[in-house]
Amino acid sequence: MANYYTDHPEIGFHLSHPEMRKVVDLREKNYEDKDKFDYAPVDFEDAIENYRRVLEITGDVAANVIEPNSESVDLEGPHLENGRMVYASKTFENIEATKKAGLWGVSMPRRYGGLNLPNAVFSMLSEVISAADAGFQNIWSLQSCIDTLYEFGSEEQRQEFIPRVCRGEGMSMDLTEPDAGSDLQRVVLKATRDEENDCWRLNGVKRFITNGDSDIHLVLARSEEGTTDGRGLSMFIYDKRDGGVDVRHIEHKLGIHGSPTCELTYKNAKAQLCGSTRLGLIKYVMALMNGARLGIAAQSVGLSQEAYNEALSYANDRQQFGQKIVGFPAVYDMLSRMKAKLDAGRSLLYQTARYVDIYKCLEDIQRDRALTPEEKQQMKKYQRLADAFTPVAKGMNSEYANQNAYDAVSVHGGSGFIMEYKSQRLMRDARIFSIYEGTTQLQVVAAVRYITNGTYLNIIKEMLQREVAEELRPLHRRVETMAALYEQSVQYVKEAHDQEVQDFLARRLYDMTAEIIMSLLILDDATRAKAEQNEACAEQFVKSANVYVRMAEEDVIGKASYVKQFIAEDLPAFKQV
Amino acid sequence: MSLKIVVLAKQVPDTRNVGPDAMTPEGTVNRAALPAIFNPEDMNALEQALLLKDADPDANVQIVTMGPPRATEIIREGLYRGTDGGVLLTDRAFAGADTLATSYALATAIRKMGLPDIVIGGRQAIDGDTAQVGPQVAQKLGYNQVTYVTSIDKVEDGKITVTRHIDGGVERVEAPLPILLTVNGDAAPCRPQNAKLVMKYKRATTPIERPADGSLPYAEEYERKPYLTITQWSVADVDGDVAQCGLSGSPTKVKAVQNIAFKAKESKVLTASDDDVNELIQELLNEKIIG
Repeated sequence: MANYYTDHPEIGFHLSHPEMRKVVDLREKNYEDKDKFDYAPVDFEDAIENYRRVLEITGDVAANVIEPNSESVDLEGPHLENGRMVYASKTFENIEATKKAGLWGVSMPRRYGGLNLPNAVFSMLSEVISAADAGFQNIWSLQSCIDTLYEFGSEEQRQEFIPRVCRGEGMSMDLTEPDAGSDLQRVVLKATRDEENDCWRLNGVKRFITNGDSDIHLVLARSEEGTTDGRGLSMFIYDKRDGGVDVRHIEHKLGIHGSPTCELTYKNAKAQLCGSTRLGLIKYVMALMNGARLGIAAQSVGLSQEAYNEALSYANDRQQFGQKIVGFPAVYDMLSRMKAKLDAGRSLLYQTARYVDIYKCLEDIQRDRALTPEEKQQMKKYQRLADAFTPVAKGMNSEYANQNAYDAVSVHGGSGFIMEYKSQRLMRDARIFSIYEGTTQLQVVAAVRYITNGTYLNIIKEMLQREVAEELRPLHRRVETMAALYEQSVQYVKEAHDQEVQDFLARRLYDMTAEIIMSLLILDDATRAKAEQNEACAEQFVKSANVYVRMAEEDVIGKASYVKQFIAEDLPAFKQV
Repeated sequence: MSLKIVVLAKQVPDTRNVGPDAMTPEGTVNRAALPAIFNPEDMNALEQALLLKDADPDANVQIVTMGPPRATEIIREGLYRGTDGGVLLTDRAFAGADTLATSYALATAIRKMGLPDIVIGGRQAIDGDTAQVGPQVAQKLGYNQVTYVTSIDKVEDGKITVTRHIDGGVERVEAPLPILLTVNGDAAPCRPQNAKLVMKYKRATTPIERPADGSLPYAEEYERKPYLTITQWSVADVDGDVAQCGLSGSPTKVKAVQNIAFKAKESKVLTASDDDVNELIQELLNEKIIG
């Protein structure tokens, strides 16, 4: 039987990454749950076995329930009925199957009914579900909003809401409004205190809310009258059981049809404050968005895999000029780039997820006891790495998913343009990845400070010190040259002392950063797969390293040249009115 | 009182994915070349049992299966989806059973477990395709039986209402408990494994599956957690009559096994000429294949 997890040994390869031991030991807090819960792991190996099993279950549900439903969901989509959103009929089947499989609230501690999965494993589940149906992945992965409620909500709120999510109730994050998209500081939805009923009341409109008719909403609203910036915003929990929020409209979209995008009207809706007032945007939504960005990176990797699978299978099947088209250089050039982007992007995703895990676990331990100075230092280090890597993982993987879906259509030739083939849907679905949860352009903005302050450069230098397999050394030397060019380019931009020049060139520096890091990651993976005699992965990763490093080099050299010859006086030639 | 339910399930070679080496030269099933799976219609039966347990969590669902040690996987598959336990009937004396000896063994084991309100199994197994075991178990237990069930609609006041498949439609049947049901493949598909249950039961084994040299990983876990030991019964454990079990209890005798390769009996080559096409159409009209 098909299984999206076991069919792709490249995913499980990241489960055995050496850094996972640190992640799991921290996450399981010395396996303290083993005597309290019959499903808790007793040691590290047991935990990894649990992850493997939950991934197999997810791979089964993805391949045998969600994927077979995906075309029907794409064609039907959700609809509006008396102010309520109704999912496409097969979406209900998907939800039911994931509930029965126990795939809700998976990141939450066991004491609330969760599986206590680390982010790295959650991201694997995410990519597996996304490969089957990216739109359904939205509905499912929005459960990760509960992480923010767990982190910042009160114990009463945790006990009230977390078990419900573990039982399969859906979530949404109600942030954007007609005049507040990328610029969330302009949110105006009004929150007022209702002293008589000891609650808050929400009034206003939210727009472009994914899964907007969910059971439990996290809402960004203006609690401080008279304020106009982010410091007047707070975060609230709205429970659909209390009523007061209606769906006014469901958007007709290019892709991810199964994922309902709603316009909501809040009419005196009862709500609870989550955390403290005024920290809604500057603290909580930033946490929420970072989680969501990693979710989109995983969604992107899943779709990239599916696009590659579709293209490869078609290229092996389709014959022209008396041979399978997979044998033509122009076609295998495309396919090999798709696979290289997929393997490198996936590695970046899980590297980022592990960084997030380590700092979040330490942060969680800090809720129970004071950290040692050494632990504190670790937490800071990994938080910085997570903050630096998240915008790269999201931006690059979302762009790669689009490129891979586009190439999948190209490999299909005329058939790719026909609606009966899946590749067109993948292309439509992927388009939003590089837009929502912060456009790629905004990921660049989030990353640029780590470019100029040398965070990435330090990591690149550290990674360059790692041993690589003998046969990969020539490639490794090419990456060293790329890193030197990168250092010069960053230096050049810094020395220009011109903010507009820096902003203009930032995307190029961002791409160079990402491509060098991913080159090193794929070299690392190929080296480890060979050392572990993981033949299925070793052969693939050595190929992908060969393809990816060349592709990166082609781009890095071009961009270094572009940057080097750019001066502020060139800017007017680009400006449009 | 909450319902007691026993699910009959069989581990079978996956005959739906037959490769070129599926049969031995002697014409028997090459079990080594075919993966062992949970008989598909028994999965549908399991789902019906679990739906009853969804409605009443106090209902008790047990799986009974007969087979070699590796058939314990059937019991685990049940535990992963929400059953309360199960029994593996395993003994050399059970081997080589036809449907009569199989139903004897199953009925004997069910009596030993304590008679349930509902016994439920798939209509038939994909290796034998006899559809006899369910009805024979009912006969031996003295239970009412309804076959070809597609859903259980109601269980109330000692009565059960089911929908069953009949030629050209369905019928609704009400019957008193206790009862044996056999379930069709077009009943609801079985739910997926549940993550928490898999984590809980992943090391559950029958004693016969464990290494004989006593080298058991996580041995201390088995002492702490009795549910990690799955019940296994021999003929003696169920107070069975050896003469009625296995080969000795099986009146079915295989006279001969023939390899039959399907071949087209006759063929005709037509050209694209109008005459040939007209002739073909006339022939199809005469045979009333079209018209």
